[in-house]
Amino acid sequence: MSASESQSKSTATGAGEWPLWEVFVRSRAGLDHKHCGSLHAADAAMAVQLAREVYTRRQEGASVWVVKASDITASDPRDKDMYFDPMEDKVYRHPTFYKLPDSVDHM
Amino acid sequence: MTSITLKPSADVQYVLRLADTALILAQRLSEWCGHAPVLEEDIALTNMSLDLVGQSRALLTHAGQLHARAGGKAFDEDQLAFLRDERDFLNPTLCELPNTADEATHRRNRPGDFAFTVLRNLMVATWLKQVWAKLAASTDEELAAIAAKAIKEARYHQQHNGDWVVRLGDGTDESHARMQRALERLWPYVAELFEDDAVDEAAAQSGLGPRASELRQGWEADVSPVLAAATLGAPQASPFRSTGRRGVHSEHMGYLLAEMQTLQRTHPGAVW
Repeated sequence: MSASESQSKSTATGAGEWPLWEVFVRSRAGLDHKHCGSLHAADAAMAVQLAREVYTRRQEGASVWVVKASDITASDPRDKDMYFDPMEDKVYRHPTFYKLPDSVDHM
Repeated sequence: MTSITLKPSADVQYVLRLADTALILAQRLSEWCGHAPVLEEDIALTNMSLDLVGQSRALLTHAGQLHARAGGKAFDEDQLAFLRDERDFLNPTLCELPNTADEATHRRNRPGDFAFTVLRNLMVATWLKQVWAKLAASTDEELAAIAAKAIKEARYHQQHNGDWVVRLGDGTDESHARMQRALERLWPYVAELFEDDAVDEAAAQSGLGPRASELRQGWEADVSPVLAAATLGAPQASPFRSTGRRGVHSEHMGYLLAEMQTLQRTHPGAVW
């Protein structure tokens, strides 16, 4: 077996082949699942188990979600200006011109 | 540092058998730390090892108290873990076997064989799960409390390792062959897990805990479907009987204890 063959074989059977999963944990006190990191696992069931091992070992969590990283559609960093920049100077997008009654003032 | 000696007591021996099962398997699993096939599984194996250390600490502490109650010295968990000699360790031999299905090549291949490791974990976790379930009704309240906490850990260990056994057993030709080899290596040592003697009989009479033989049915009901799903065939029963629970161990035990005990015996009373 040549060196390149041996290398491609070890890559094909190595951990690099496992897909990446994003892990969301709901803490004991928290209301919603929060993204806390990622890991590699062969399938969803293994990803949940390993998420438990890696991210909830010290009682951080009461529930875990895993999502295959490739299933997440993200905004393109090149669209950042177009998507997010204009907000700050468009004060009319913020509902700050209304006077709220005291009872709902924490909104 | 001189070894401690224990006053013979069936209750103490019964609890030490459980404590040593957890402690010695934890020591074997700790050999994987930093060496597992992938990072996530490295953390998983180490977490399981730490769960077992936690169980053994509670049990050793309790064994020390029972020993004092039976008129012996009040030993603490560290003395019991690090200052007993090989003959006073009462784990089944299954727990002390090196992490390999092939001893001839093991020294070159440490920490060892992953298939062997997860299959043994499954066997021991399933056995401990039966023990903890029955100990919930123990007349010894402390032991019942330890069991109530430990059973959750045993259930998880059973699931995690069982999943691996199925994945590898029902995987590629290579992974199947390795898992079958691990099963053939481990199987002769399973018989000891269900053999009764006077210690079991005394525990059953006093209500301390179940006889070993009472665990067999539940264990087989749990393990058989996993082996079937993993397409593994259970080997023929053999007349061989290991004797670790009586303190007569394999040739591997001395090396394991030397590594585990060297620090406390070189620097008595050392703490973090």
